[in-house]
Formats: sequence, structure tokens, C-alpha cells
Amino acid sequence: MNETLKVVGLVKEYGSFRAVDNITFAIKPGEIVGLLGPNGAGKTTTINMILGILEPTCGSVEILGKNLKEHRTEIAKQMNFAAVYAQMPGNLTVCQNLYVFGRLYEVRNLKEKIKFLLRDFDLDTFAKTKAGLLSSGELTRLNLAKALINEPSLLLLDEPTASLDPSIANFIRERIKNWVAETQTTVLWTSHNMYEIEAVCDRVLFLSHGKILLSGNPRTLPAEHGKKDLEELFISAAREPLSFL
Amino acid sequence: MKDQYMSISRIYAVFIRQVFLIKSNPTRLVSMFLWIIIDVVLWGFITKYLGSLGRDTFSFVNIILGAIILWGFTTRIEHGIMTTFLEDIWSRNFINYFASPLKIDEYLSGLVVTSIAMGVCGLLLMLLIAGLCFGYNIFRIGLFLLPFLLILFIFGMAMGIFVSALIFRLGPAAEWIGWPIPMVLSVFSGVFYPVSNLPNFLRIFSRVIPASYVFESMRAILASELFSIRIVVYLCIGLALSCAYLLVTYFFFIRVYRYNLKHGTIARFNIE
Repeated sequence: MNETLKVVGLVKEYGSFRAVDNITFAIKPGEIVGLLGPNGAGKTTTINMILGILEPTCGSVEILGKNLKEHRTEIAKQMNFAAVYAQMPGNLTVCQNLYVFGRLYEVRNLKEKIKFLLRDFDLDTFAKTKAGLLSSGELTRLNLAKALINEPSLLLLDEPTASLDPSIANFIRERIKNWVAETQTTVLWTSHNMYEIEAVCDRVLFLSHGKILLSGNPRTLPAEHGKKDLEELFISAAREPLSFL
Repeated sequence: MKDQYMSISRIYAVFIRQVFLIKSNPTRLVSMFLWIIIDVVLWGFITKYLGSLGRDTFSFVNIILGAIILWGFTTRIEHGIMTTFLEDIWSRNFINYFASPLKIDEYLSGLVVTSIAMGVCGLLLMLLIAGLCFGYNIFRIGLFLLPFLLILFIFGMAMGIFVSALIFRLGPAAEWIGWPIPMVLSVFSGVFYPVSNLPNFLRIFSRVIPASYVFESMRAILASELFSIRIVVYLCIGLALSCAYLLVTYFFFIRVYRYNLKHGTIARFNIE
């Protein structure tokens, strides 16, 4: 088993509409892969299928060598996610949220783990603050603390820095990069910030209309397609996907 | 190897979340217990007044107040499951929950454990008020109290799971269905009057409601205070019906969950 995540022939259909159209890719341990694409390209649908909260029409997802459909609970213990649209319950405090999710992931030495995460994500002063009262930057840090509570082997991040100011976004990026360097965690990262993708990802997959159009190193891929930078490549692939097929 | 066993830690997580919610805002206790307190006090005075009219020939307090308390317990169990489920909808927590290792059986067990805690607290509170204010003693029912509570508990669970499944399938706006269900069922359950008071065509509904067997038995026990085989048969029917409903509603909930997994509803549940 070389890959942490292996997706083969994944398809999701809603009636006659194909949201994800036969995609295949794999990610190795310690690799950060960016999942790019315009709105509605199928990024979140793909992430939801990998999380096991959306059943694929066909295809398979293997995580750490095990089939997701057959070993969902076992696999879910070893992965986690953070998404801008999946906030922690606002009526629980920061500490209570981490406690509840620590229990869900059966984390050992949970109280020590929570103390460490609060310190690590600079959330100490908000430990007893209700999540609903946090600013978007603090809330993102809480989401990430929750995402790392079980020390996952696979981390799915759906636009983790959306709506954050550059300083907090940078803090988040650095924190995740350091985490990956220390733990060899595999990360699948979606973002619309091309600067971020270039700075963080080892590889990108470009999705359009549910298909993978392009893949490669975000720093060399634009030149390979005669574009100045990743943003220009993104715009061109989003507007004229057929020219990349 | 597949994960076949339920995790106590994950069931506890679902339960402790509700405890945290109550701790952070004790006014939730008011909504949980206010109505049952009002019911006991109101019916306590009504039965006291009826008792004064009927002299010593009939104990209204024992029969009506007893029924109110037992029905209040059933309602608490149903509302306990439903409100715990609704909390996850209101706080948009489904993605986080179902993307975690939490299994659907564990989630349901967490809802049930929470509702047991709410039901037992509600029952004790009602008994305390009824005892102190109206001299009511539920133990006059004797050992039959245990099967009564068991049947009503299982039936309350089945109602709660059924309503939660409906909301899960139809969206958050369907929440209104859950609140009046106990009141509607009380018409056919013989909580306030014997089933024989209903017109024949309505008695058909009573026959398929487990609670009606409990309340008919309770009246029989308090009227004659005699053990009879008819009561045992009634309780067996009530128990069998409750268990059957629990099983059916459980599978209904699982079916709705699978439907939502297939149609992507979990990820965008709050949109309706």
C-alpha cells in the first residue's frame, strides 16, 4: 500500500446530471494535493464522497488500503476535515466542542490533547467562549483544531482559508504545512486562492464539469500550458475546458 | 475487520452535547419541564374538584392524575428524542457528526439515552409535585407500574424515532409534525377516559396504540385492585405492539438515512 487515498472511477449522478464524472487519482503519504476548479466543478461533491456522507453512483474510494464502503467507521477514525460550510455548533464553547468531537473520534488523553490544541491554535483565551461568538478567523482555527484532534492520516480541507484576512490565512497555511512535515499527513485541499495553492500544494488536480482536466506541479504546470501563472491557467481552463481535453 | 460494535464513547458524545447545552443555558430546563408541571398542577386541581363532587365513590386523583403522569412520561421520551435531533439540525451539525466515525446506530442510541434522562427527570418531578400537592402515590398501582413504564417508554421511543425520521426525510420545516403527535394519540389512547367511550370506528385506532392497553389496565387495577388474566393479556399486546413499532420506526430511520446519503441531503440538510 503506497497511497493514503486512492479514488477509482468515481461517479456521482443526480438524475441525468453528472456532478462527478469518472475521476481517478491517488495521493501518497505526506503529499498536499490541491483540488481546483470553478464553482460547481464537483470539488465538494468529491470531498463529500471521500468523507462517506455522499454515496457514489459508481467507483470506489480506498483509504489506507481499505475500501471506504466496507470499513467506513474504521477509516473515519483516521481522517478528518474542515470546511467553511461545516462550522462547529455555535451554542457550545470551544472546549466543549473539542471535547464532544474528541469523544466521537475516541481520542486518548483527551484533556491533554485539548490543552495542546488550544495552545497550538492560539485559542487559550477563548476556551470558555461559545463558538458562535468567535470571529471567522477564530472559528477557522477551532475547525482546524477539531480536524487535527485525532491526528488524522488523511485531512480534507474545503476552502479552509476562505473569508480570512491574509495574516490569519498565512497562519493557517503555515500551521498545516508544519503539521504535514511533522506527521506525514496526507492533505486534499480545495481553494480558489491560486497563490495559496502554489505556496502549499505539491500537486494540483484541476476539475471542470466533474472531470479532471489537468494535473501536475502547481509551479511548473502553467508554463507547460503556455500560461504565465496558475491564475491565468485556472481562468483559461474554466472558460475553455474543451481546449484542455 | 469491519467495525461491528457500538462505541460507548461516541454514544456518550451525543449525550454529553445535550448536557453541555443545558449547562450553558439553564432556561432550556424550563421548556423541558414547564408543560408537564402545568399539566400535573392543572389536572391535580381538576381531579380534586371532581373528587369533591363524586364523594368517596371514585378516586379521580388516582386514576386521572396517574394517567397524566404516565402520559407525560411518554411525551417526554418522544420529545426528548425529537428535540435532541432538532438541536443538530438547528446548529447545522450533521456534516460534522456524520463525517466522524459515528455510526447511525450510535447516533440513535445517543438520542435514546438523552431522552431516557429527560423522561426519568420529568417523571420524578411529576411524582414529586403530585405527591406533595395532591397526596398522589403512584405505587398504588403496584408492580404493574414496571410493565406500564416499559411499554410507554418503548412506545415513546418509537414515536420519537418516527418523527425524527420524518424530519430527516422532509426537512427542518417538518418539525411542526412532531409537537402535536402525543396530543393527537392521547385521544385514542384512553389517557383521560376509557376507550369504550369512543365511537366504534375510533376504537379501531385504539386497538393499535400500545398506550391504550396500559391505561385500560391501569383503570382496571385501580377500580378493582384485583389481578386478572385480562390485564396480563393486555400488557402482552401492548408490549408486542410497542416493540413492533420500535423495530419498524428504527428501520424507517435507517432507510431515510440511506436515502439522504444517496441524494446528498446530509451535506445540505438545512437548506430543506
